[in-house]
Amino acid sequence: MTGPLERLGRWVLDRLTALGRANLFLLRLVGALAFLVRRPGLLVRQLYAVGVLSLPIILVSGLFVGMVLGLQGYANLVDFGATSSLGTVVALSLIRELGPVLTALLYAGRAGSALTAEIGLMKATEQLASMQMMAVDPFARVLAPRFLAGFIAVPLLTAIFTAVGILGGYWVAVVQLGVDGGAFWAQMQARVLLWEDIGNGVAVKSVVFALLANWIALFEGYEAHPTSEGVSLATTQTVVATSLAVLGGDFLLTALMFGAW
Amino acid sequence: MLSSPLPADAAPPCSGRLVTVRGLSFRRGERVIFRDVDLDIPRGKVTAIMGPSGTGKTTLLRLLGGQLRPDAGLIEVDGLRVPELGRRELYQLRQRMGMLFQSGALFTDLSVFDNVAFPLREHTRLSEKLIRTLVLMKLEAVGLRGARALMPAELSGGMARRVALARAIALDPMMVLYDEPFAGQDPISMGVLTQLIRTLNDALCLTSVIVSHDVKETAAIADYLYLLSDGQIVEHGTPGELGRSASPWVDQFMHARPDGPMSFHYPAPPYETELLLREPA
Repeated sequence: MTGPLERLGRWVLDRLTALGRANLFLLRLVGALAFLVRRPGLLVRQLYAVGVLSLPIILVSGLFVGMVLGLQGYANLVDFGATSSLGTVVALSLIRELGPVLTALLYAGRAGSALTAEIGLMKATEQLASMQMMAVDPFARVLAPRFLAGFIAVPLLTAIFTAVGILGGYWVAVVQLGVDGGAFWAQMQARVLLWEDIGNGVAVKSVVFALLANWIALFEGYEAHPTSEGVSLATTQTVVATSLAVLGGDFLLTALMFGAW
Repeated sequence: MLSSPLPADAAPPCSGRLVTVRGLSFRRGERVIFRDVDLDIPRGKVTAIMGPSGTGKTTLLRLLGGQLRPDAGLIEVDGLRVPELGRRELYQLRQRMGMLFQSGALFTDLSVFDNVAFPLREHTRLSEKLIRTLVLMKLEAVGLRGARALMPAELSGGMARRVALARAIALDPMMVLYDEPFAGQDPISMGVLTQLIRTLNDALCLTSVIVSHDVKETAAIADYLYLLSDGQIVEHGTPGELGRSASPWVDQFMHARPDGPMSFHYPAPPYETELLLREPA
């Protein structure tokens, strides 16, 4: 019979051990990236799988989010006669927050969960073990191309999500609601800063989220129990852990980049 | 001093000892899997390691292949101490070993052809034309040349095992490890596989290690048998010797008798006690 304190202690120790394993996993993953210099074809194939195939959901979601921002922004700004600021509101919301965060969350749901399930099933069906027995390192041959492809894809998808979102906002605000198109773009051009907003938001945040999303997805798959239940649990865990890490990370990054302290 | 008639890089002759295991101990958590196990595997022969399910036969293969490290003892393959090898040396050794997994472990995103070509493409700089020839030769050996365009999901269990066998011998290894090659096979597939293992072993001067609990099929092709139970080798010898063994354990296992020293039931409290318990344990 274990007491609650002992169970808590065990839980904390298990989490710390898992964190240590995850860090070692990342180190080994980064070490295996050099293999891709000799086999760039593996990277291209994975870029297609995690990047190109994620485009439809990113494009459609970006468009809808931008349209909603246009509608909501207009509904609030029109009372103050400030609809000319709508371009700035839509652009800053997408560039600083919604673009990187929503892209990472959508990526975790579409590509991250698929990565976990794929790696978990490869483990459960002994494909990774057979690769090792054929003297082929699964870290180099299987995991590194997926990791690098995801790391490249997420920032690009974020940029696409943001751009499409701005176009969606423009369509609602200018084409549908009659906001002045010149003011929409001019305000945006005047208020959105290249490094502070686009650099911090789209670039830095998306790179951090790309690292988190792909690291978690591959680690969960690699550590999954080799059973159908284990793979299912790992896939769920990927989406939950990535979502929490992205949202928590976003708060920290926002506080550092744009916060008052 | 006379010079050797063979070139320095000639293949080793099919004689002598390829694998030496001494004092092997291995445990998983609290459970002891092996306790002071000794065994030898001769070159060019088919050696079978048999025993009931759960005795650690697959674990032994993983120890031989360096996928697991023993707690104590010596594992030597072709003069190399496997647990002491670095990753590079271990991978070099594995290029000379093939392993047939129980599930086949084919790559589900690659066709039959590409599965067999996989080790050749990873470890050689051969032209695609030569790789094609080699893959067709290996597939012909297992009778599946005509199935090269199929995907693993389109194969029966027996066919998948044969493709995996073709892949395992793609690099012409010195040794092939077979993990339960006959499990779940229909009689025809089982007959074909049995014949294939023996034929390939003799034709290619391989060393075959079969882990199995299919007594009849394994004894039919093995040159030497080791029987594992409770973490130890309980008997070893040729199939004929073991068939005549006086040991009640060997007699029970080799002749599939329901009664004997080995219990069918997993250790449990007395049946009556359990049934009379008011609350489930």
